[in-house]
Amino acid sequence: MSAPRTAGRTPPARKPPAGTSPASAVPPDAARSPAENRPRRPGSRRGKGGARWFTPWLYLLAPLALLVVFTWLPVVDMFGYSFTDWDGISPVRNWVGLSNYSDLFTRPQLFQVFWVSLFYLGASVVQICAALYFATVLSFNTRLRNLFKGVLFFPYLINGVAVGFVFLYFFQPGGTLDTVLGWFGAGPHLWLSDPHLVNTSLAGVSVWRFMGVNLVLFIGAIQSIPPQLYEAAALDGASRWQQFRYVIAPSIRPIISLSVILAISGSLSVFEIPFIMTGGSNNSETFVIQTIKLAFNFNKTGLASAAAVVLLAIVLLVTWVQRLLFPDERVEQS
Amino acid sequence: MRKTVLAATGVVLTMVLAACGGGGGGAASTDVVKVPADPSKVTGTITVLTNRTDQVQDGTAKKYAAAFNKVYPHVKVKFQGLTDYEGDVKIRLNSKNYGDVLSIPNSVPLKQYPTFFAPLGSSAALSKTYDFTDHATVGGNVYGIANIGTANGFVYNKAVWKQAGITDWPTTPQQFIDDLKAVKAKTGATPYYTNYHDGWPMTNWGNALGSPSCDPAANDKLADTKEPWAAGQDLNTVDTLLYGIVHEKLSETDPNTTNWENSKALMGSGKIGAMWLGSWAVVQMRDAAKAAGKNPDDIGFMPFPTQKDGHFCSVVRPDYQYAINVHSKNKPAARAWIDWFINKSGDAQAALSISSVKGSALPADLKPFQDAGVTFVPMAYGKTATVDEIDKASEIGLNNQDYPQHIVDVARGAAGGDIDSIFKDLNKKWSDAQGTVG
Repeated sequence: MSAPRTAGRTPPARKPPAGTSPASAVPPDAARSPAENRPRRPGSRRGKGGARWFTPWLYLLAPLALLVVFTWLPVVDMFGYSFTDWDGISPVRNWVGLSNYSDLFTRPQLFQVFWVSLFYLGASVVQICAALYFATVLSFNTRLRNLFKGVLFFPYLINGVAVGFVFLYFFQPGGTLDTVLGWFGAGPHLWLSDPHLVNTSLAGVSVWRFMGVNLVLFIGAIQSIPPQLYEAAALDGASRWQQFRYVIAPSIRPIISLSVILAISGSLSVFEIPFIMTGGSNNSETFVIQTIKLAFNFNKTGLASAAAVVLLAIVLLVTWVQRLLFPDERVEQS
Repeated sequence: MRKTVLAATGVVLTMVLAACGGGGGGAASTDVVKVPADPSKVTGTITVLTNRTDQVQDGTAKKYAAAFNKVYPHVKVKFQGLTDYEGDVKIRLNSKNYGDVLSIPNSVPLKQYPTFFAPLGSSAALSKTYDFTDHATVGGNVYGIANIGTANGFVYNKAVWKQAGITDWPTTPQQFIDDLKAVKAKTGATPYYTNYHDGWPMTNWGNALGSPSCDPAANDKLADTKEPWAAGQDLNTVDTLLYGIVHEKLSETDPNTTNWENSKALMGSGKIGAMWLGSWAVVQMRDAAKAAGKNPDDIGFMPFPTQKDGHFCSVVRPDYQYAINVHSKNKPAARAWIDWFINKSGDAQAALSISSVKGSALPADLKPFQDAGVTFVPMAYGKTATVDEIDKASEIGLNNQDYPQHIVDVARGAAGGDIDSIFKDLNKKWSDAQGTVG
């Protein structure tokens, strides 16, 4: 691959790698000296070499409390509800054991909606490829690159409800999209009402909205690649594509695989965009929308909790299988 | 690390078990809250939860509170306007903090009323004064009183219909569809607007139940009817009309981008022929017509296009019913507010709605109904609890948007099947669910 071709050129060890953390570039003595010079408080255990064992936990207290209160406790509650016949309102709920789960698995039509997820899965492939392309282009000295970074990241900052409403106008008959396509002679379509187009349209909105996140992750990863690798590659006469193929892509592989994991679990649990834009009507219902309807339209909170637990299990399973098939490898950048 | 995982699992399991054991019985109240005899002795601060955010914002609510204070000087009334009334209140019902006076959310099953609300009086006594009390009666006690009732019909633009050469109300569903075809052919207007995207305007189709048969017991009958969508049944007639309108392409071309606020303007300016709504909508459409520079009197209201013994019928249903939080510390003050608001505030008249107080005059916008001899059918709700239970168990959702939306989707060819397969499916779901409820 690229390794033999760079052999014999400027040895990378001569220069300190710019991408690694600045602390390691500083001589070890210099880093320690200020601490050594500081007057020690009597009785401080720091001086004896070990920090108090709980000090890091103190810093973690706030985020952990938030995580427990707003994520773990509700999840635990949800597990509890899934074994009851609770209707979401009544103060009384009865233990029904596994009957919600057996109800769920004896109604295969409840799982049909996962077909809709395939549209979003397809869209996330497009999303990651586009993000990779833009991240690569914007990592080199492109004109106005900060502007473009902003433009591409901006959609992610907009509230999901606002995005939904904007795109309702965008997809209207005679709306923005039809007008623009009209300039090129393409006819108008019922983007949200045609059952064959609706999921593609919605998935398109999702790509527009979430590509910025992947882009930022990729740009961050690409910038941690030591620049002399590009220099070396350029001296070897590597084209931009070859630089991407042999330098960038292998270096940011962990971030790409993370993005893929997020994309798959995200596709299984799509909610906001279809819920706001179509409310799950016209063939665009996803598993989460269906669960919400069970809980809030038909007062079957117990059954809906069981459905949510099953979705959680599916997401965990898919992630686990993915990690099994594509284990995370350490990437050496030098 | 292993130990931590084990410990965490243990904690999680304990919490799961604890969570399941939770939820004790509520304090069901049987002490009837009477209207205070002496207004000057009533004291306290009460919070009123309302879906009328417009009244809270434009100061109408404050004016009502001030007028109320002239009669009850020692009661302080606070308002909480909730935009997502149903969603917010439903969650708050799990706590004790859901105001002192509130409108009963639709999601609360009738049999749970005593768990959440204080009884306002016996059904025998209150039904003499107010309509619709049986909609909130459990065990002989009334738990909620409606302020207004709503008649159901088509809001339509008279000018548009006249332009199409139609002056009389259609008397059969077929004639209604033919009229819409004339509107489509002779005017540029969209004959019918479903408001599919917003969903809630479509839920009103469920309120047509009872209009074709003129039967006040139409709702109660659903409890025992095995196949409510069989030919000749109300739901069959109603849903066939909706299906027909959409199937004949008489509704808007793109149902998924409709917009309620916009639909009012379109109706007002004569770009829409008709919409199936409650009588409350007429005021809003007239305002929209005024805003569009048209004559507000162009907006009319017509009954469901079926006749029984030579006259039309329009079902009247209660709007939200006011109730007192069973945990309220100022129940007499809360009761005083409900009594005053329904009887004295004039809110029902201001909204051109049918007051629930027996003997009140009909609002002006229903004058044509009166003149044409339309029979107002007050719905009976003796078996609401059972009907609701069957409805939830069957996952049909008679008052949810998914059910009419699905009919629209099938009618315009966006989903598989036809009207017969829809009815067959609904009938099966309904009779299956009947078996599970008992």
